Amino acid sequence: MAQYKLVKCIINGKYTETMVDVRASLTDMLRNDYSLTSVKKGCEVGECGACNVLIDGECFNSCIYLAVWADGKNIRTLESLMSPDGELSDIQQAFVEEAAIQCGFCTPGFIMTAVEILESGKEYTDEELRKLLSGHLCRCTGYENIMRAVKKTMLKRLGKSVDKV
Amino acid sequence: MYDMKALYEAESIEHAVKLRVEHPEAQIIAGGSDVLVQMREGRRAGKELISIYMIDEMRGISLDENEAIRIGSLTSFSHITKNPIIQEHINVLGEAVDMVGGPQIRNIGTIGGNTCNGVTSADSASTLHAWDAIVEITGPNGIRRIPIKEFYIKAGTVDLREGEIQTAIIIPKKAYEGYKGHYIKYGMRNAMEIASTGCSVNCKLSADKKHFEDVRIAYGVAGPVPMRVPSAEEFIKGKEITMENIEGFAKKVLDDIMPRDSWRASKEFRQHIAVVMAKRALIESVKLSGGVI
Repeated sequence: MAQYKLVKCIINGKYTETMVDVRASLTDMLRNDYSLTSVKKGCEVGECGACNVLIDGECFNSCIYLAVWADGKNIRTLESLMSPDGELSDIQQAFVEEAAIQCGFCTPGFIMTAVEILESGKEYTDEELRKLLSGHLCRCTGYENIMRAVKKTMLKRLGKSVDKV
Repeated sequence: MYDMKALYEAESIEHAVKLRVEHPEAQIIAGGSDVLVQMREGRRAGKELISIYMIDEMRGISLDENEAIRIGSLTSFSHITKNPIIQEHINVLGEAVDMVGGPQIRNIGTIGGNTCNGVTSADSASTLHAWDAIVEITGPNGIRRIPIKEFYIKAGTVDLREGEIQTAIIIPKKAYEGYKGHYIKYGMRNAMEIASTGCSVNCKLSADKKHFEDVRIAYGVAGPVPMRVPSAEEFIKGKEITMENIEGFAKKVLDDIMPRDSWRASKEFRQHIAVVMAKRALIESVKLSGGVI
């Protein structure tokens, strides 16, 4: 017998109510009920980071997060970053400029982790950044460009020079 | 979609105990980074789940009236690492759980789940053993508290009886006051890795910082469950801080540990690194305690 639950949460700034199947993952809910297809289905066991979203400001792999747990939470996906007139955010633009996107499948997950890093307002060393980004797999292996995109955006937001990055 | 038969959501500790009594066959799910993965792989497919994840009263870290550190079982790894009480009194625990999986796993994974799954490789478990942690369990007959050593029965099995859930992990004041420690995880890569072997050491030095007043050491993946190493601890207690004594201590661990061959590492390799880890972790603990070596 199917079991459903009403989940009330904020998704990308908008209050929503969803009747979800309790067996659904948050990835299922975001993709199927809200067409937020930046949330990718990769490994589906919490290893690759392609389904990463921000929940109350922290990164979670939505594939191993039950949709019913979203109740009362504030969820953000990559779709929330674009401005109303369609312009890319600074971190998205940096990914374009640094060629940090190859096939693009890992990109939304990486960018949402980058958002958590950038919103902390701290300056991290390269070693710290690598650790903070380590929950994502890029099978095109473009990690250096991704590192550079995140580092340049971090430094720019802190008003520092990016010449030597 | 997960292949589950039913999901029961607990709203409070009391409610969770009630659900446990009503559905004895159901699996408890906290953060789900083990249970959901196992369900996806088919190992727990078709089972009933009791979700305790939404019980906020089981989150957070505080000092109780006896200045014991109380960690709610649902506290995530990342919140443990960032917590000022942990950083001040038992920083090594924050460092150890900062080596679990990757950042997203550390946001969902809980210390309760890490210990209740009864796995020897759990990054928190060796440190909790080495700091004489107490496990708080709540059930139909109230609360009971047991040393973490007794909580582990055998690989994959912990002392959770009918209707019970683990509600907190407690580090008593006498277990942390004056001690400093270090954890070493050996794995093939830094992120998203399970320890081949993990070693947690801590020590308390004499007032003149010349002798070991007490040393505690515990391993993960040196036996079927996380374990202390009494032979090495007895050997070093009261001895002078010298490289010779530290090396003697490290060799002594072989009297007690019983690692096995697995696809991650051979028994011989584990024995070798166990000795190296004991030495390095104790040297680091001495330095953190203000001793000279």
